[in-house]
Amino acid sequence: MGYKVRIRVENVDFYYGCVQALKSINMDIFSNQVTAIIGPSGCGKSTFIRLLNRMNELIVNSTVAGNIYLDGEDIFDSRIDPVDIRRRIGMVFQKPNPFPKSIFENISYGLEVNGIKDRYYIEERVVSSLKKAVLWNEVKDRLKESALKLSGGQQQRLCIARCLAVEPEVILFDEPCASLDPISTAKIEELILELKKDYTIVIVTHNMQQAARVSDYTAFFLLGELIEVGETHNIFTAPKDKKTEAYITGRFG
Amino acid sequence: MRKDITQKIGFSFLFICMAITMLFLVGIILFVTSKGLKVISWEFLTQAPRNAMTAGGVAPAIVGTFYLTLIAILFALPLGLACAIYLCEYSPKGAIVNILRISINNLAGVPSVVFGLFGLAVFVKFFKFGVSMLSGGLSLGILVLPLIISATQEALQAVPYSIREASLALGATKWQTIKKVVLPSALPGIITGVILSIGRVAGETAPILFTAAAFYLKGYPKSIFSEVMALPYHIYALMTEGAHPDKQTAIAYGCSLILLLLVLSVSFIAIIIRQKQRSKCYGL
Amino acid sequence: MERHFDGELMDLKKDLMQMAAFVQDAIANSLEALRTLSKEEALEIIDDDKKIDEWELKIDEECLELLALRQPMAVDLRFITMAMKISTDLERMADLAVDIAQRVLDLADKPLLKPLVDIPKLSQLAQLVIKNVIEAFVKKDPGLAGKVILLDKEADKLRNQVQGELIEYMAKDGTTTSRAVPLLLIARHLERICDHATNIAEDVIYMVQAKVVKHHPEELS
Repeated sequence: MGYKVRIRVENVDFYYGCVQALKSINMDIFSNQVTAIIGPSGCGKSTFIRLLNRMNELIVNSTVAGNIYLDGEDIFDSRIDPVDIRRRIGMVFQKPNPFPKSIFENISYGLEVNGIKDRYYIEERVVSSLKKAVLWNEVKDRLKESALKLSGGQQQRLCIARCLAVEPEVILFDEPCASLDPISTAKIEELILELKKDYTIVIVTHNMQQAARVSDYTAFFLLGELIEVGETHNIFTAPKDKKTEAYITGRFG
Repeated sequence: MRKDITQKIGFSFLFICMAITMLFLVGIILFVTSKGLKVISWEFLTQAPRNAMTAGGVAPAIVGTFYLTLIAILFALPLGLACAIYLCEYSPKGAIVNILRISINNLAGVPSVVFGLFGLAVFVKFFKFGVSMLSGGLSLGILVLPLIISATQEALQAVPYSIREASLALGATKWQTIKKVVLPSALPGIITGVILSIGRVAGETAPILFTAAAFYLKGYPKSIFSEVMALPYHIYALMTEGAHPDKQTAIAYGCSLILLLLVLSVSFIAIIIRQKQRSKCYGL
Repeated sequence: MERHFDGELMDLKKDLMQMAAFVQDAIANSLEALRTLSKEEALEIIDDDKKIDEWELKIDEECLELLALRQPMAVDLRFITMAMKISTDLERMADLAVDIAQRVLDLADKPLLKPLVDIPKLSQLAQLVIKNVIEAFVKKDPGLAGKVILLDKEADKLRNQVQGELIEYMAKDGTTTSRAVPLLLIARHLERICDHATNIAEDVIYMVQAKVVKHHPEELS
């Protein structure tokens, strides 16, 4: 196996006000692998993934305990800038959310806010990101058009390209295909399989077959706890925990 | 069958109300136009008044209204924008924000003549700006500040949270997000607020009564500390203090017509700007 | 939560049990035919085999449909894939019963060679093993399945014994060959039946415990 640990989650608890949403989470996320997070609604999987890029602290009145290490550095350390973490750990959301700007500007935005001014460099990066997201051929003649004119599947790939442009190390996908048709979903799943060669990927999905198709590791969450995590082929043929089995065979949830 | 008839009655009633409203609107326009059109001429628009306001033009009043509006907007827009951004994006949610919001709404309810008195006390007397374009412009600015804040707030709140999230997830700071994503998206709404404000400012009489306006000035204002003529005040003065009502009434209508056209054309320009901004952002 | 799918899984299990029952009968009948050397019984057994072949096809199709339409996972997936393999092993066992019936036809008109003690022993073992493995499947009992696997060594031993004896016979007296060879083959058929039962037992263990003991006898704790 020999994949190194990219993110280590150690004894993490998370509270919304007084309500505990995550209990004692311990898991490793490996480099250049796709880790899927599955579980029924309300199990904490979205809460968990948003913790990894510190998006959750934008919600008032939330508390985190425990440590999350990215390449050995604690992302909650006071010397670390959360804004920088969010560049290194990118996120693609459930509903495509392109900016109401042109296609080109959507992608150059990330570069601009991170201080890159060189126009040629920006252009080159926009093109390469669109190519990596397998969107280039569909939009190369209309980069100046509004991004909102694209179809749902194209918009989501644009959001992926936008994320790739700032060269993250880890990409988090929060139910990325939930609002897409099956063909767009298939395209994005293929894209994820390609992307894992260069990036570490974590994907939250409520679709178990998707987790089975796309991931190398699967983690099952239930009521804020991590019940089981392991290699995907083991989880889906012979899970160790009865609750995991009950969930993936559809006997509950 | 009963439901169908009830619906028809309902719609007819609504239509009648709409028709009455349109009647008023069209009526005012026709009324002002018919009574004021005859005095409009090139001379009227470009010359200063002569002969104790019975001849000549109202150019200084037009110019005065323009300057007052400019000062008011220059004062209120940045201040209002900043307040709205603070309230929407930065202030901690809770009791404080609500108190601030209520206070601003209350400011909007203050009668305009009170702004005039306030301006007199503060700008004219305390700051010693005197009765001037500056005092008048600032008083009008305070009048229109709540309007701009409300319109901007609504425009900012209409920008979906998902867009802000997307920006933050790329490693942008909150301010970068506001400056580069939220404000451009909210621009159409903000421009609407500015349009409404311009219309309001151009037509207000009470705040400039004590702070800026003069009836008869020989020339154009020399500096921001000079007194100015203004269209709304001119109309008021002509109708109440004018010694030659036969000619001056017509001039008053002429001024009304100009004021109306001024406000309508500003609206029109702003609508065009808004449309262009919309198509750039949303591809509509 | 009771699922529609659970009903379908139960139907599959019942079908397998039914097929196993037919195979168990076929083997019992073939051994009875051997005891009585009855040509009619032997012919009946050969004829009935078609029915068992149909059952194998039916179960295979059932499994394929469930795989395609229900996307089973974990224990359900293991059950369905093992069901396909078990039906194959059952069908082979039925074919071996037919083979035994063929040997009965070969032996029917000839005098018995000698009261062979070991072939009846082997027959009994084969029938015990079949009964136990079916029970292990029905009751989801990996312990019982494990015992079946261990009995396979016994079957091998008995077959070698019979083989040895018969070869001695043929060496001493060449005229016994036409009677000895079918008996030798019957011993082999019975040992093969035990092998197939062992396969089924290994599949049952995988189905229940997700433990692979196939080709890894050391895993049997």
